[in-house]
Amino acid sequence: MKPAPFAYAKARSLDEAIALTGEADARILAGGQSLVATLNMRLSTPSLLIDINGLPNLSGIARKNGHVEIGALTRHAEAERSNDITQHAPLIALAMPHIGHPAIRNRGTIGGSIAFADPAAELPACLLALGGEVEIAGENGKRTVKADDFFKGLLETALGPRDILTAIRVPAADKNMRVGFAELARRHGDYALAGLAACARADGKGVKDVRLAFFGVGNTPLRAKKSEALLAEGKIEAAVEALDMTPQDDVQATGKTRKHLAGVLLRRVAAQLTEARL
Amino acid sequence: MSHRHIDITLTVNGERITERVDARTTLVDFLRETLSLTGSHVGCEHGVCGACTVRVDGAIVRGCLMLAAQCDGARVETIEGLSDAGEMADLQKAFETRNALQCGFCTPGMLLTAQELLQSNPKASRDEIREHISGNYCRCTGYHAIVDAIESVAQSRGGK
Ligand SMILES: Cc1cc2nc3c(=O)[nH]c(=O)nc-3n(C[C@H](O)[C@H](O)[C@H](O)COP(=O)(O)OP(=O)(O)OC[C@H]3O[C@@H](n4cnc5c(N)ncnc54)[C@H](O)[C@@H]3O)c2cc1C
Ligand code: FES
Ligand code: FES
Repeated sequence: MKPAPFAYAKARSLDEAIALTGEADARILAGGQSLVATLNMRLSTPSLLIDINGLPNLSGIARKNGHVEIGALTRHAEAERSNDITQHAPLIALAMPHIGHPAIRNRGTIGGSIAFADPAAELPACLLALGGEVEIAGENGKRTVKADDFFKGLLETALGPRDILTAIRVPAADKNMRVGFAELARRHGDYALAGLAACARADGKGVKDVRLAFFGVGNTPLRAKKSEALLAEGKIEAAVEALDMTPQDDVQATGKTRKHLAGVLLRRVAAQLTEARL
Repeated sequence: MSHRHIDITLTVNGERITERVDARTTLVDFLRETLSLTGSHVGCEHGVCGACTVRVDGAIVRGCLMLAAQCDGARVETIEGLSDAGEMADLQKAFETRNALQCGFCTPGMLLTAQELLQSNPKASRDEIREHISGNYCRCTGYHAIVDAIESVAQSRGGK
């Protein structure tokens, strides 16, 4: 199928892009790796695409005040190759190779993944596990939203129709940060059947401040707070028992299978969190 | 300024081209229908099969997930240009000798994807090869012969 007709505008500045969002049925075009597919299938029929690919200062990875800041237009492939990500955002480094395939990662953007918020996507879960934040530019200037408040529902986020996500920030890793990541997919690079991104602080022989963010098992990336507390007490099996998500059945797997897989992932990630302790 | 039709100037296989395109035209449709470069194929049109793989500014992309309008100023390379340039003649030869194609529908995309891997990692292992071509469907060969072909080129290029 071919997309329904639309108009196209290449924004030259952030202000111009925000101004253009005022037109009816306008959509931001970043990497296009989700949006153009839905256009081709006519699952979405916007009247205007605002291409933000040429905007200056929205791309790149920087360390700032104990955080790693990733510009919205940074391509997946760039993050995957980045030494700053490997060293200072190791959870994101673990997740990158699982996102789609090489040609997809050459175009897809970090900001697009977070803004699109596919419930089975890796990066939203990483952002949530790390307790990161999202920087947004809108009609009334800039604001920052914490990951815990950003993901609202199925493909729904704190972004309004006139907002542009400009960057994400995650705490830079230090020697006490522990991270874990695992996912199960039918084919390498496909969206996960179920996945888990996790972060914790080393605490003596154990871990504390555990944050677990599951993906592919609900409408948004999901924290599992009861299991987090149990994991901090070293009770892995109890943490698995305490998982209380209720995934839906779909063509790929039943909800029951997905729930079982969540437990499998939790055991694997629990091992990673403690293994990393030196 | 927003428009239904966009004027673009780009190079395709080294040739400078100026055209007016409908904003909704994907890159692969532009290549096939406007420029008659039919070596890049159209399969799923939603990024899953890899048949439409082309190079834009040196990196492989899905031709079905980029708009022609986005290619103003870009350097686009397709299987036609890369074949003529002889850049991956050894890979093409290996596909032929190893029976790594049957109908050939997936082949241009496979070749471009394999070439990108071998350029960044000339000694790629079978596992790395499988992972790198994971986004390219082949409905005929069962993949083994494709992995064999790419591996043989990895060995000959890596051994040089
Ligand atoms: C075959 C295939 C497999 C894939 N597998 C995976 C996978 O396993 N895991 C995964 O996470 N992803 C996967 N993806 C999706 C890929 O990661 C996309 O790149 C990503 O989801 C969207 O990023 P994008 O830059 O391409 O955004 P686009 O497609 O350009 O945009 C997506 C949506 O976000 C909005 N948007 C984009 N950027 C901004 C911004 N800065 N501010 C406000 N709104 C914005 C757009 O308006 C649009 O609604 C896959 C895609 C394909 C085609
Ligand atoms: S036609 Fe582009 S990936 Fe299938
Ligand atoms: S040779 Fe027929 S699809 Fe690969």
